Amino acid sequence: MDFSLSETQRMLAETTDRLVRERYGFEDRKKILAGPDGFSRPMWATFAELGLTGLGIAEEHDGLGGTMGDMAVVAETFGRALVVEPYLPTLVLGAGPLGLAGSDAQKSEILPRVVSGELFLALAHGEPKSRYTLCHVDTKAAADGGDFLLTGAKAVVLGGDAADYFLVSARTDGTTSAPHGISLFLVPRSVPGLAIRAYPNIDGTRAADLVLDRVRVPASAVIGQAGHGLPTIAHTIDRAIAYLCAEAVGAMQALNALTLDYLKTRTQFGQPIGAFQVLQHRMVDMEMALEQARSMAILAADRADDPHPHERARAVSAAKVQIGRSGRMIGQCSVQMHGGIGITDEYAGGHYFKRLTLIDRTFGDADHHLARFAAAA
Amino acid sequence: MDLKYSDEERAFADEVRAFARAELDPAVRDRVLNHKRLGKEDFLGWHRKLHSRGWVAPNWPTTYGGCGWNAVNRYIHEEVLAEEGAPPLVAFGVNMIGPVLIAFGSDAQKQYYLPRILSGEDWWCQGFSEPGSGSDLASLRTKAVLDGDHWVVTGQKTWTTLAQHANLIFCLVRTDASVKKQEGITMLLIDMNTPGVTVRPIITIDGEHEVNEVFFDDVRVPKENIVGEPGKGWTYAKFLLSHERSGIARVGQAKRELRRLKEIAAAEMVDGVPLIETKTFREKIAAVEIDLMALELTNLRMIAAEKSGQAPGAEANMLKIKGSEVQQNLTELLMEAVGPYALPFNPDALEPGWNGEPIGPEYAAPLAGTYFNYRKVSIYGGSNEIQRNILSKSLLGL
Ligand SMILES: Cc1cc2nc3c(=O)[nH]c(=O)nc-3n(C[C@H](O)[C@H](O)[C@H](O)COP(=O)(O)OP(=O)(O)OC[C@H]3O[C@@H](n4cnc5c(N)ncnc54)[C@H](O)[C@@H]3O)c2cc1C
Repeated sequence: MDFSLSETQRMLAETTDRLVRERYGFEDRKKILAGPDGFSRPMWATFAELGLTGLGIAEEHDGLGGTMGDMAVVAETFGRALVVEPYLPTLVLGAGPLGLAGSDAQKSEILPRVVSGELFLALAHGEPKSRYTLCHVDTKAAADGGDFLLTGAKAVVLGGDAADYFLVSARTDGTTSAPHGISLFLVPRSVPGLAIRAYPNIDGTRAADLVLDRVRVPASAVIGQAGHGLPTIAHTIDRAIAYLCAEAVGAMQALNALTLDYLKTRTQFGQPIGAFQVLQHRMVDMEMALEQARSMAILAADRADDPHPHERARAVSAAKVQIGRSGRMIGQCSVQMHGGIGITDEYAGGHYFKRLTLIDRTFGDADHHLARFAAAA
Repeated sequence: MDLKYSDEERAFADEVRAFARAELDPAVRDRVLNHKRLGKEDFLGWHRKLHSRGWVAPNWPTTYGGCGWNAVNRYIHEEVLAEEGAPPLVAFGVNMIGPVLIAFGSDAQKQYYLPRILSGEDWWCQGFSEPGSGSDLASLRTKAVLDGDHWVVTGQKTWTTLAQHANLIFCLVRTDASVKKQEGITMLLIDMNTPGVTVRPIITIDGEHEVNEVFFDDVRVPKENIVGEPGKGWTYAKFLLSHERSGIARVGQAKRELRRLKEIAAAEMVDGVPLIETKTFREKIAAVEIDLMALELTNLRMIAAEKSGQAPGAEANMLKIKGSEVQQNLTELLMEAVGPYALPFNPDALEPGWNGEPIGPEYAAPLAGTYFNYRKVSIYGGSNEIQRNILSKSLLGL
């Protein structure tokens, strides 16, 4: 058994850590959020220079390769700094499924330009009525000559504001909740019939809702085999959850550090508030919640590419439950122990609380994954 | 024992409900029910309606224009109005400084201020907390020195709710640094338009402007604007806070939010089944509903005791804690109910009259923000930790 980081992971940790320390302080982040895109393109260029946009992408497409465990190292640092650039959408949700199921032509067209930092991607899978159910797809893909016409709506597409290409799921067959008949299509942003409503999320990340009205794509746009998209999507979402778990661990760690520091420095009644036992115990609980979360995040990253979907699902869902619970507990307790400061926009603590809360709402909340775990047991 | 309201009490509840349904501006009601932003006029319009009915100040004696009601009728009035979607009464005048002036103010102060509170002419805010003095309020440092006919006030208050609307602030200030900290505190009434008063907004994590910092830079306050005697401010503040806490269980509001939660959970679908019919969520709603039932009955028991002449003691602290928990659970479930649509941030949608295209279901826009914002209810008015400290002394003798 060995829980230590590999050489690559140590390097990634060092590189990203230095980057966020030097360029992604809370004040830098505020400026980034206030900019025209709500994230920083120069920062993205730096990610590319450092090789971060090549992570998880095969070497034959100019990438660095690497496992989910490697990406989790980046995710954790990004969580600590509350990085808002669309890294999860582009690398995990976009490049991920292309690498898993894309054709050679698709991969060589898209992936090198992701590595170079030129392209943003997004997975447009969730729909206004799908909630967290992966097989719920109402968007239709009708065969038309050699092409497909896509019609439907996609909801809360992470990174959808900036994406140059969308990976859109649509039904070539079957009824709304059938596991079969779902296909994944590569759709460029500027295609006629695609309406994009971009917006910020309440935690500073960004998303979009899409409406597709007879969007024409060629048969070569199908990613993988038509009608068999769901396994690829499910695998991708599990990898994204593993990423989110690591990101959440970073956020929890930073929030605990802030809170502990506050307990030591804020004085009331002539003593640091950390002298009050009720707060001491709560802080101890928060540290335990973090460690439990960290353990499960490690497990999720380890199993995210498990060839047995069943094993993968169990581990990832278990981790998501733990992350949801730990994040909620740590977020709420941290705000409470900060008093009024905790709910102000100008203090970093509240932003971690918001991010942790929304991570629980992304790709299934703790209830959803508890049920999935129980069903998989 | 009889757990039901009497016929008269039921008739009174019907009367209050009928009044709310007839008089409440439907647009304002809609804003309250849907967690939209409330403007100053929304509060004041409703305040004036209540005033014309003589119902602004249930807790004041009739000699001062109050209703002089007993605890049960006060409770019914407040809960029914909240359930009906009326804006909350702005508490700072009616529930805070009003009772203090009635108990400790000069005749001139009573004559001048009380009618203006009733009519809504004055909007008060509460200047107690300071950056260094929250839970430990008695350590406050804003200073007032007597200079001829004026107090000269210097210092800073913070977390001042809706100070942006207020023309008056009641403040705790230090007038004597040589005595025990509680004994050097004085309560002053200060016109917000006096030179040297500056209000600066604090934006909360939901992006809203509800609290402020208030700075005092050599602000000259007429000598007679003192409440009662110098050095007695702490006593008045404790009196005031006991009034602040009594309505804090917010049972009516919680019933209203529970109703809304059920509506939304019925509209949201999971695998073709309404969310409210899934076992897990249904039981979560049930759990908070049971908490609310217990809270309501506890509240009623305490009110019955108060009506029969037993002074409220530890009860108010309990109601504050349990009430805040119920409110927070409700806002959390409301956010959970909309699933991924908790994420989008669309503050424009909270603006009255906004008629843009909603992101996701129309009811989703305010829910995450409200959840974040409502972490405040276990912090303000004495944090839940402080309430528990008080209870362990007063209730348990520890
Ligand atoms: C939205 C909002 C509106 C407000 N409106 C007003 C207003 O209009 N006017 C006004 O004057 N004030 C207002 N307040 C201020 C409010 O009363 C204070 O925030 C509150 O008293 C807590 O003080 P603090 O924020 O300084 O936290 P602190 O007192 O610094 O407390 C930090 C943490 O330490 C804990 N703690 C402190 N002492 C102890 C102890 N002895 N034992 C155990 N735990 C302890 C607290 O419970 C809290 O968890 C408002 C606050 C908020 C959040």
